[in-house]
Amino acid sequence: MAQMTYAEAIRDGMRVEMQRDPNVILYGEDVGLFGGCFGVTAGLLQEFGPERVIDTPITETAIVGSAVGAAAAGLRPIAEVMFVDFMGVCMDELLNQAAKMRYMFGGKARLPLVVRTPCGAGMSAAAQHSQSLEALFTHIPGLKVVMPSDPADAKGLMVAAIKDDNPVIYIEHKQLLNVSGEVPEGEYLVPLSQAEIKREGSDVTIVAWSWMVSKALAAAEILAKEGINAEVLDPRTLVPLDKEAILKSVGKTGKLVIVHEAVRTNGFGAEIAAIVADEGFDLLDAPIKRVTAPDTPIPFAPVLESAYLPNEEKIVKAVKELF
Amino acid sequence: MELTKEKLLSMYRTMVRIRTFELKVAELFAAGKVPGFVHLYVGEEAVATGVCANLTDQDYITSTHRGHGHLIAKGGQTKLMMAEIFGRATGYCKGKGGSMHIADVGLGILGANGIVGAGQPIATGAGLACKYKKTNRVVACFFGDGASNRGTFHEALNMASIWKLPVIYVAENNMYGISNYQRNHMNVADIADRAAAYGIPGVAVDGNDVVAVYEAAAEAVARARKGDGPSLIECKTWRHRGHFEGDPAIYKNPEEQAAWLKKDPIPRLEAKLLDLKYATQADLDQVQAEATAEIEEAVKFAESSPIPSADDVLTDVYAD
Ligand SMILES: Cc1ncc(C[n+]2csc(CCOP(=O)(O)OP(=O)(O)O)c2C)c(N)n1
Repeated sequence: MAQMTYAEAIRDGMRVEMQRDPNVILYGEDVGLFGGCFGVTAGLLQEFGPERVIDTPITETAIVGSAVGAAAAGLRPIAEVMFVDFMGVCMDELLNQAAKMRYMFGGKARLPLVVRTPCGAGMSAAAQHSQSLEALFTHIPGLKVVMPSDPADAKGLMVAAIKDDNPVIYIEHKQLLNVSGEVPEGEYLVPLSQAEIKREGSDVTIVAWSWMVSKALAAAEILAKEGINAEVLDPRTLVPLDKEAILKSVGKTGKLVIVHEAVRTNGFGAEIAAIVADEGFDLLDAPIKRVTAPDTPIPFAPVLESAYLPNEEKIVKAVKELF
Repeated sequence: MELTKEKLLSMYRTMVRIRTFELKVAELFAAGKVPGFVHLYVGEEAVATGVCANLTDQDYITSTHRGHGHLIAKGGQTKLMMAEIFGRATGYCKGKGGSMHIADVGLGILGANGIVGAGQPIATGAGLACKYKKTNRVVACFFGDGASNRGTFHEALNMASIWKLPVIYVAENNMYGISNYQRNHMNVADIADRAAAYGIPGVAVDGNDVVAVYEAAAEAVARARKGDGPSLIECKTWRHRGHFEGDPAIYKNPEEQAAWLKKDPIPRLEAKLLDLKYATQADLDQVQAEATAEIEEAVKFAESSPIPSADDVLTDVYAD
């Protein structure tokens, strides 16, 4: 084990796979000399050279579109899109090209590509640089969607994403980049469809992902002092979703609170609530609650932004409503 | 460049096979035998043929909604294509793609495409893979005049030019994006002029002269294989039919249509072959007879093929 930040862990996952497989290449805006807008790719250019770590023009359409072509022609590209907010610029490349090529070709194509992109609010970056857009991607069959919440998962899921023969959207949270934790060294893989229980509990299940896992854990500590023992479950991958783990946990606790940073309407929380209502109705002894951002663009002023974000108090309040 | 008899005859055969395939699809569509809609390549055969005659099985192409001709020119099998257009389980895509999405990745055909302009960045990425793997392969990217207005065109050509990727961008200028005439949708007469913006060669050629297309493509392919980067070739051509089958094409000027029909690439090549004494009329008739038999065979194959099992709706979404 080594102590690493989440950013270093992502880099370590990419490095391990780049060392193992010469077909893995990395490209995007400023990923080379600059080391990426958030420093995630620092040092990779020096280690792997400009043939494998490539600075692109500001050209999201061509970055993602060419990753599709490069993957179809035998490489395993990791394409970085600087902020998830910029995905609108390459939406056709994701939703009509990457996601469907295999299916439309009758299974006769493999598209092993990873699109890495940071999400999340909390730094007063306002509405065009702060979103959590995972629900958009989960709605498109053919894509896989990964959202790690700690350094070990960041590495293990990166390795799994690169090894996967499908297009994977790997969403890293800006607030987590400098968070440190223990990370296994060398080859280390977290399977793409496995949830993890981040805290065991018996009274209520809190499902949360990405940055919100830490908020849920903090809320669980507050609740514990008041005698409510919360279980915190992180799906880690939204597609394919480990719904058995969610149902099992709800079977144990009988109560479910879903926490996500994305806005409420059609957020992925609604999907989880629907699955549990559909397949686990008998397991529930209280309504399902969601703690989310409100349906608004993300504000700039710090006071407004913190009003916007879900936090431990909002989670505690939602949980208490069930008792 | 003097083309050999074999090369000219082989290109002639390809063009006749495309024309025969397309006219058969038109007939089948009119008879209600194929689902969906189809965009035919009739009149534009010289473009795909002249370009692909410079490619090997190892090279790649990306194609468009008007893709049948590109696929045949690249070596796609007409019976698997026909079965796909019929939506049969034996088709290239097991009935999941249809006319607009036929692909044969093994033959380097990275798909026809239902999204105008989407092939341009995909071709660029395939070019990146070719260069990275030092394979000496090249990519030909077909798209229409309308598609050259998409942002993908700009982003793809810019990226390929700075990285010197082995891609030949082929603008098939049939003058129309559905009904919108070229002078209304772009402010330059020649799409080829747009190459200047990326510092790459751009040439406009008579797209109904297969030799002219072949020669322009030969130069671009040689340049790409040498590592000198991409080129843009504009082929001026004409689609004889509507945008899609069933389109009455009221937007076309009848005189212009008549003038272009006189420049049909197939009779033009026939005249040349006869003139050079590379073929007799009987030889040409023989090529047509073989193409007719091949396409009849393809239709029989398609019609007698099983339809997909409904259970297969869920397969092929993800690779294991
Ligand atoms: C992004 C996108 N916009 C619009 C369409 C609808 N559409 C299909 S073909 C076409 C015209 C394309 O013109 P051009 O690129 O010149 O090709 P041509 O049909 O002439 O071969 C349009 C507008 C589409 N399929 N994709």
